[in-house]
Amino acid sequence: MDRQFYVFSVMALLRPLLLDVVPTIQQTAALALGRLANYNDDLAEAVVKGDILPQLVYSLAEQNRFYKKAAAFVLRAVGKHSPQLAQAIVDCGALDTLVICLEDFDPGVKEAAAWALGYIARHNAELSQAVVDAGAVPLLVLCIQEPEIALKRIAVSALSDIAKHSPELAQTVVDAGVIAHLAQMILNPDAKLKRQVLSALSQIAKHSVDLAEMVVEAEIFPVVLTCLKDKDEYVKKNASTLIREIAKHTPELSQLIVNAGGVAAVIDCIGSCKGNIRLPGIMLLGYVAAHSENLAMAVIISKGVPQLSLCLSEEPEDHIKAAAAWALGHIGRHTPEHARAVAVTNTLPVLLSLYMSTESSEDLQVKSKKAIKNILQKCTYLPALEPFLYDAPPNILKHVVGQFSKVLPHDSKARRLFVTSGGLKKVQEIKAEPGSLLQEYINSINNCYPEEIVRYYSPGYSETLLQRVDSYQPLTN
Amino acid sequence: MATLARLQARSKSIAQQYYYRNSVVDIFRKKENDAAIKIQSWFRGCQVRAYIRYLHRVATIIQKRWRGYLGRQQYQVIVKIQRRWRGYKIRKYCFNYYYLKEYLKAVSETNDAIREALEEFAEMKEREEKKADLEREEKERDYQARKMHYLLSTKQIPGIYNSPFRKDPDPWELRLQKAKPLTHRRPEVKRKRSICLSDWLACTSARSFPRSGILPPIDRKRCQGPFRDISEVLEQRYKPLEPTLRVAEPIDGLTEARAQLQKQEWARNVNDNMFLPFSSYHKNKKYVPTMHLSSKYGPDVYGTQHFRDENPKRWICNKDFQTVLPSFDLFSKYGKMYSKAGQIV
Repeated sequence: MDRQFYVFSVMALLRPLLLDVVPTIQQTAALALGRLANYNDDLAEAVVKGDILPQLVYSLAEQNRFYKKAAAFVLRAVGKHSPQLAQAIVDCGALDTLVICLEDFDPGVKEAAAWALGYIARHNAELSQAVVDAGAVPLLVLCIQEPEIALKRIAVSALSDIAKHSPELAQTVVDAGVIAHLAQMILNPDAKLKRQVLSALSQIAKHSVDLAEMVVEAEIFPVVLTCLKDKDEYVKKNASTLIREIAKHTPELSQLIVNAGGVAAVIDCIGSCKGNIRLPGIMLLGYVAAHSENLAMAVIISKGVPQLSLCLSEEPEDHIKAAAAWALGHIGRHTPEHARAVAVTNTLPVLLSLYMSTESSEDLQVKSKKAIKNILQKCTYLPALEPFLYDAPPNILKHVVGQFSKVLPHDSKARRLFVTSGGLKKVQEIKAEPGSLLQEYINSINNCYPEEIVRYYSPGYSETLLQRVDSYQPLTN
Repeated sequence: MATLARLQARSKSIAQQYYYRNSVVDIFRKKENDAAIKIQSWFRGCQVRAYIRYLHRVATIIQKRWRGYLGRQQYQVIVKIQRRWRGYKIRKYCFNYYYLKEYLKAVSETNDAIREALEEFAEMKEREEKKADLEREEKERDYQARKMHYLLSTKQIPGIYNSPFRKDPDPWELRLQKAKPLTHRRPEVKRKRSICLSDWLACTSARSFPRSGILPPIDRKRCQGPFRDISEVLEQRYKPLEPTLRVAEPIDGLTEARAQLQKQEWARNVNDNMFLPFSSYHKNKKYVPTMHLSSKYGPDVYGTQHFRDENPKRWICNKDFQTVLPSFDLFSKYGKMYSKAGQIV
């Protein structure tokens, strides 16, 4: 309460200074208001409640460029905190004035206006629509073509904030002819600009197949792959996000990315990063492999599976592990070849331990269970299945034994190996309800072997033999 | 005894009752019996039918399996043909195994090529960066050498980098030898500012009238004491104001521009009143057109003095138009139907 009173009194002091005769005082007062509003959202609300915005907007149209910059700074500082404050800015008619500032000669004024518009459009779709209706998009596209790097960055980030909410807004942005310019700017050496450009393209491409195709037609491949080798971490992250948003729509787009060698580049990028930067790349591999088995095979031959299993084991965060488990599940679920490729890298025990561990989050457990189930249903690589006999929970054990029962009747070497490695013994020890699916599988496995061996390995065989010894009457001569 | 007597008295009525009750029931006896028989027979029929259905089903299964076995035995040849046909169809039209293998090989080759290209690109970037760093350091050291050129060793005095106890001079020594010494910053020649009447800065400065940039040297001995050099002092005293860009913008730029625009318009416009459309709409004055506008006839050609006059001097030749091609009949009679008024003689 006390603080609010203090705040309001400050606003009451600053407001008349905005109407001062000397322009320098006006500019400095506006700058002060901007800095106050920037710091805290209470102060920004006080600026709005103090009726300062209409005055600012009115005088924005008339004053010189320093005042325009300061006023745009105030609008940006107020608009960045919450959607309600941004709506208040829109309601006092600031958008038209900001759009007029975008046409100014001074690049500093344009930058301040573009920044304010970007922050307003960031919050939700209605505000973005209001910004678009004010006619900001063509002017922002013109700002992109200016030579100043800072202005380019801000304009691209504003366009990205506009396009991210809905397909219609993205289509509006694309209709202004922005994709060609963005595609050219990927080659710019400035790292922050590349971040924004890649983020803008991914926000456009994520909404629908047509938009993704338009982005691809701008010939971003293979230039985008060079961004995956950039020094800046966030450039790599945004580049892999862009490729992921393109690949997730249809198999044809994923095929295009595979043909351009994008999968190999992304796998190398995953190898060179740590933490959250890897996440879009992992999801890309999952999406590509999910579309069809040929694409999953392409991911496998690009050496994706060892990299994913490395991520699974060494990443500390649960959501990245969950993504890696999901991706591996999609790779391995198509055919026995794929399942074999996944099983060979010894990932299945890791997945099992993640599923069983109590520390993993629910999402991770669900995803690893699904992955294990999907892979096991197609896996015929017995050496990888054997450890499962020992420490798997009953619901997974059912699938493992089922796979054994499918493979063993046809392969004699595998049968021999199964016996010598102690698998048959373990199978005998499994207690299953008679009539259940597990019992049927166990029966079909037992049918592959001669009677004596089954009896030999059944539990308690030594006791029965000893009983026979006890009850045996030697022939007395 | 009394009971016996009572019973005997009632015996007749008891016999009657007994007979009556039995006979009453008899009416329904047959009906109920028939009903019970019907229910039981229906239920037994259901049981038997269910059993027969079950037997049918089991028999059908056995026959199905037996016929399938027989059929499989008999039609091995046909099955062989079908098997071969299905294999051919899949291989030719649905899934080309060799194509897939080729495709995967091509993909892995592309991957290797892309990986190499990206490695090269990364290496190139690193090399460029290292080169840029080295160049920057080189420039830095060069600048330092230029600033410290006075540390160069002379014939008499060895410099600090050329100690006599060292075998070779320090590399800095060589650098100092190569460096070109920095000169002092010359006092900047101030541009002669064009003095305009509205430039209030110019007229209030002490240097309003044109003279040379630097004062002529005062020819006298320097006073003893901690006095600064007189030329420095004067330079500092008369240093002109260097306003920042923000202050240099005129305060009333906007009003000046407006005044200029007004002057232009005052010079250019014919009528000073602002154009007000429909300004006399409410005044209810009837519109009185000018004489020119209220005549029936349109404007005359410039130069005509009388209405309908002809100017033979302006004719090119004195011959009439010749009919080269006969027009059609309508126009051949034009003007000749009623009078000869329109003919040129």
